[in-house]
Amino acid sequence: MGKKSIILKSSISGLLLAIIILLLFTGVAPIENYENNPKLNSNCPPGFKKNADNHCVALNLYMQYDSPNDKGVGGLQTGLPEIRDGFSPQVIDLGRYLFFDPVLSGNGTMSCATCHDPTKGFSDGLATSIGNHNQKLKRAAPSLWNVAYLKKFYWDGRATSLEEQMQGPLFSKDEMNNTPENLLKTLNNITAYKQLFVEAFPEKNKKSSIELNQVYTAIAAFESSLISLNSKYDRYAHGYHEALNQQEIEGMNVFRSFVARCAECHTPPLFTNQQFAVIGTPEPDGLPLDPGAEMPFKDKTLRGAFKVPSLRNIEKTAPYMHSGNFKTLRETVQFYTDGRGHAIPENENLIIHWHIWNPDLSDAELDRLVDFLKTLTDETFTPKIPEKLPSGQKPTL
Amino acid sequence: MKSTFFKIIVAILLLAIGVYLGKSFFSSPEVNTVPMPSTIKYRNIGISNDTTQVAQSIGFNGKIIEVKKGASIQKAVEEANPGDLIRVYPGTYSENVFIDKDNIGLQGVVIDGEWPTLDGKKEINDAFLYSGNGILIENFKIINYKGNGIMGQAGNNFIIRNNWIIDAGVYGIFPQYGKNGLIEHNVLSIIADAAIYVGMCDNVDVRHNEVFDNVAGIEIENSRHCLVENNYAHDNTGGLLAFITPGLPIKTTFDVILRNNFVVNNNHENFGAPGSTVSGIPAGTGILIMAADDVIVENNIVTGNNNTGITIVDLATGDPKANDLNTEGNPDRVVILDNIMFDNGNDPTGEIKAIMLSKMDTKGPDIFAYGGGTGSTIRDKNKYRTFGLDGYGKAQITDTRDIPTMMTPSPVQPRSVSKEELGELTYYGVCAGCHAFGTRLIGPPMEIIQAIHHDNPQGIVDYINNPKNLREDYPEMPPQDYLSNDAKMAVAIYILGLKE
Repeated sequence: MGKKSIILKSSISGLLLAIIILLLFTGVAPIENYENNPKLNSNCPPGFKKNADNHCVALNLYMQYDSPNDKGVGGLQTGLPEIRDGFSPQVIDLGRYLFFDPVLSGNGTMSCATCHDPTKGFSDGLATSIGNHNQKLKRAAPSLWNVAYLKKFYWDGRATSLEEQMQGPLFSKDEMNNTPENLLKTLNNITAYKQLFVEAFPEKNKKSSIELNQVYTAIAAFESSLISLNSKYDRYAHGYHEALNQQEIEGMNVFRSFVARCAECHTPPLFTNQQFAVIGTPEPDGLPLDPGAEMPFKDKTLRGAFKVPSLRNIEKTAPYMHSGNFKTLRETVQFYTDGRGHAIPENENLIIHWHIWNPDLSDAELDRLVDFLKTLTDETFTPKIPEKLPSGQKPTL
Repeated sequence: MKSTFFKIIVAILLLAIGVYLGKSFFSSPEVNTVPMPSTIKYRNIGISNDTTQVAQSIGFNGKIIEVKKGASIQKAVEEANPGDLIRVYPGTYSENVFIDKDNIGLQGVVIDGEWPTLDGKKEINDAFLYSGNGILIENFKIINYKGNGIMGQAGNNFIIRNNWIIDAGVYGIFPQYGKNGLIEHNVLSIIADAAIYVGMCDNVDVRHNEVFDNVAGIEIENSRHCLVENNYAHDNTGGLLAFITPGLPIKTTFDVILRNNFVVNNNHENFGAPGSTVSGIPAGTGILIMAADDVIVENNIVTGNNNTGITIVDLATGDPKANDLNTEGNPDRVVILDNIMFDNGNDPTGEIKAIMLSKMDTKGPDIFAYGGGTGSTIRDKNKYRTFGLDGYGKAQITDTRDIPTMMTPSPVQPRSVSKEELGELTYYGVCAGCHAFGTRLIGPPMEIIQAIHHDNPQGIVDYINNPKNLREDYPEMPPQDYLSNDAKMAVAIYILGLKE
């Protein structure tokens, strides 16, 4: 049975190969050295099922549950928010190559993965990221795990789609310092990319150039494939209460208690309610207060407001907060019990969120909170870093 | 002779009956007289409204687990399965009870005035915390907690009843993200925020409760389809509240009826925590409607509230919080029907005092409306002393007698997932991290597994529970025994049926 199917498969793939070679030589596609280049994966990433239309549809155990008012917030057995899915496996895989490729930056030294490194929780381990010419940027790189469920992007929430968001770092002088024109020029000069874009976007005219929106779509597709929903916590949530030990359960109960109130904003199952909150964290020494959402929304009541980040894989993304002021999770949870507004600069008058209060948590409770936060780690669906890139460059982290 | 014998028999019999009756009447109550808790009755499924016949009721038909003084309620919860009833006898229990299971009843047994008491000693966070559906919590005394007395996080079909809650910290009873619930006959006092707080819920009845000496009595916040009826809210800072808090993920409050309540002398000094929503409520607030839509205020007795009887404001006026672009902050289509209101506004404070003084009035009004909102109406405006009701038209309805409850006509059912779907969700959500069809990821390709376990899903289940490394060139699979038995079998069948 097994042997038979392998034989069958080999003959089918042999046939396909023959057809492709035939096509090459009959001149239908001006493709050279095709075999030397990576071809795109035709399977969906883990967590997705390929449907008849070649779309990858997200599937996970949280789809067993309802979600109140379809907002994807609630308790243990609550459905997730609406996900951005439906990309083809080829587009996702193309996005993977682009994501790791330093040719996307102006001087060819940075890729998306420089600041969103899969080995560092899709962040970079820095308080604030390092941009073009080694300059220190103003904010920490947010993790990309589960971004497919998010409705706004950046710490200050100023973008409403991944496509919109990625144009920030790509074309900022302080970050990847590219221009749309130069990016297109670079990619269109790489034959392998031209071939892959044709493969990923079959409706595309084979002779036409790579377009910006195709670049954005592919990267967004890859980012949307980064799913982390199989942590120890999730096993507990689905009903296997032995998944967490006594200390972790105590931590979970502190987390969702109305004393610590963590779950009021970091609401399961995504561990964010996707709202803005002014919590008044301190900036690292010497830095002025970051006005956060006040600037893009031109609204003084949002001064110091940031998007509530998801806590999934939070163990992997130290240091913490928008400018990385806290080195450890323990320091971070300590902040919440040191008093409402204790770190606000003297001349500032922030409208601190009502859940920030004086919970008076004990050291033991703070330790247990850290124990619990570490149960939110799951990197089983981490994608492979490409061994080589269509540009011939090495993947840059 | 015969008749003498008969008489003796009868006499002995009567004596026996007498002794039995005497014992039953005068002895201390036997514990086996504890009645089963009454659960939600769904009368109207497929039946007309003319009958009181119960069409459906889900009781606790499993085992009864008894918890007596010195034992742990949480231990009993761990032991319990859906359908079980946990009976807690008088005694003091200092613990945080959390219920992450469905259909569990927790019933206190009060004997001779002695209550099962949960005492947080001002050290423990919450008394009861549940995430399951179909949870019942009744007959508990809850004191001295730091957080909440009873908190729900996304449980549907809940009953919280007959509890006596004193100084439970922030909220007394706080179901959050729940649909279809009943909160009745609870007595709550000395709570620094809301005694009863229905937050981001739908279809909840709050009935026959007494709330006093709290900052807020009963609060319906970012919730829809709620009935607040027959409650006695007195001596709080604010009595009854229906409003929207901006910045929460569920952003509306509408379809709320405040009916047949006593809202009396709510003049308590505000002792809410700085920054909390209720810390801004002026003492002397009877009813507050902020940004909520379609609120009906009917047949309440609203007296002796020193600021105003009813305050209706928009968010911009009422709540100094960070703006939320996705929240509509005007109270629209408020309906004031018949209410008895007098003796309100005797000592107005803050903005209302200033506004009334500008009108040459030193008293606060019965009804005060300020800020945006359209479509509001009132049945008999002349009856009350009002401010800001010029735009209110005449009410189009006279009463809400046709709405006996806001609870759902049948239980909220959990989402139903077929076995095939469960198998698919498990396969792609879990297994696909290491296995695929036609290619090797971390584990062997699916067609190899199919060949090994051909027609034998149980073989896959056994392997999932207790993997044995069969191949040198593959890493050992970690056990996936955390999956439910249903999920294991479903995914085994799914795997065997995979074609590509």
